[in-house]
Amino acid sequence: MTWLGLPAPLWQALILSIELATVTTVVLMLVGIPLAHWLNTTRFFGRSFLEVIISLPIVLPPTVIGFYLLVTFAPQTPLGQLWQAVFGHGLTFSFAGLVVGSVLYSFPFAVQPYQAALRSVPKELVEAAAAMGATSWQVTRHLRLRWARAGIFAGSGLAFAHTMGEFGVVLMLGGNLEGKTRVSSIALYDLTQALEFEQAYRYAAVLLAVSMLILIMVSLLQKHLEIKQPTM
Amino acid sequence: MLLRNWIKPAVFALMAMISASALAEELLVAAASDLSFVLPEINKAFETNHPGVSVKVSLGSSGNFYAQIQNGAPYQVFMSADEKYPRDLIARGNALADSYNVYGTGRIALWTMKPEVNLSSGLSGLTDVRVAKIAIANPAHAPYGRAAEAAFKKQGVWEALQPKLVYGENISQTAQFVQTGNVDVGVVAMSLVLSPKMRGVGRWAEISSALYPALVQAAVVTKAGENSAIARDFVKFLDTAEARDLLQKYGFRDTK
Repeated sequence: MTWLGLPAPLWQALILSIELATVTTVVLMLVGIPLAHWLNTTRFFGRSFLEVIISLPIVLPPTVIGFYLLVTFAPQTPLGQLWQAVFGHGLTFSFAGLVVGSVLYSFPFAVQPYQAALRSVPKELVEAAAAMGATSWQVTRHLRLRWARAGIFAGSGLAFAHTMGEFGVVLMLGGNLEGKTRVSSIALYDLTQALEFEQAYRYAAVLLAVSMLILIMVSLLQKHLEIKQPTM
Repeated sequence: MLLRNWIKPAVFALMAMISASALAEELLVAAASDLSFVLPEINKAFETNHPGVSVKVSLGSSGNFYAQIQNGAPYQVFMSADEKYPRDLIARGNALADSYNVYGTGRIALWTMKPEVNLSSGLSGLTDVRVAKIAIANPAHAPYGRAAEAAFKKQGVWEALQPKLVYGENISQTAQFVQTGNVDVGVVAMSLVLSPKMRGVGRWAEISSALYPALVQAAVVTKAGENSAIARDFVKFLDTAEARDLLQKYGFRDTK
């Protein structure tokens, strides 16, 4: 079965990339939003240091993340055995392993916009809500998250897009398994390695179009969310 | 002022370094990653015979270099793990036919870090349940991966081993999966397990050469090296007793 002159495994790789980006973004939202809020409000003395650690993947080569995961989660290591006990298989050469790598790799791209968005919530509003008897959960749900939603969406969109383009981490830990770890960037690399330039041209064009589409959708949706943001 | 005091000497030192490296003639070699350990020794011998020459090596997969050279990469010499790539470059006018030189054939071996893996029964032993993950180089573009696939097929275990296989980008990454313990066993180049760095690390067993087509390795001077006498010398140097001894020491079979 081929479509646009590209065989099914290449489409499967593209779908796998979208799946990986989706799961990674969901994990980043679940972990990143509370963390961003905590970082904004904590007086913990190691906060600045923590923020530096979180920003590291912006400058760190993805191969460094891949290498560290490869050696720390090898089956004979304590972390590797813990992972094995929980998931029933190793971290390397698995989709779950790619999710861990991608979450680390895209962390700052989500958390930094989250922090900025949550910081933009006016203090007066929070105080007023609290004075009127709103519980902290109500303040979070109805005020903070609502006010910051365009920024949260922007960060999530950025993390999604960044994960779609991931290559180095996957190359280090993936093992190139069809349907499990062969994402679109790796599939394109394989095509060029196997000197299938005809298909590589087509596939690269498809990836380019999909990436542009994602960015356009993200920016449109973000605008849509911004207009509806409550004004003071 | 204090700052200015060291700027001048620093600039002079930098210029001296730049001019010194400009004096040495550079040779750019693209080499298959199975050569990663033997090539430094060959280069040392070559540089001793050719004072003032500095050999710069880029290691990677042969298929990748083939594509890069085709598209104007500056490598002057190409050492490929599969002779079809240099041949093809010659046919397309991107390498010099009279420089083509077969320097040996590659051998493959099973390599493991795990004490529980039994290598004595060869490839049939890989179907054992204690072997959960096996790494081979990607057969789609790595010559050593194609050899592994051919051997598995000839032994009749290819189908049975499918669920256990993971693919290294090239033979070095395959070895890295084995060495870090992320796979139980891998099919790697003999030139890697015989290197001083890997000797005594884990256990290995050679895979019979009757099980896979010969991995004929060849070097060629590319179009970028057309006017370089050093490039031609380097490829010819691979025929000397000194270079051939080194290649054999690292597990390449002599074909001369």
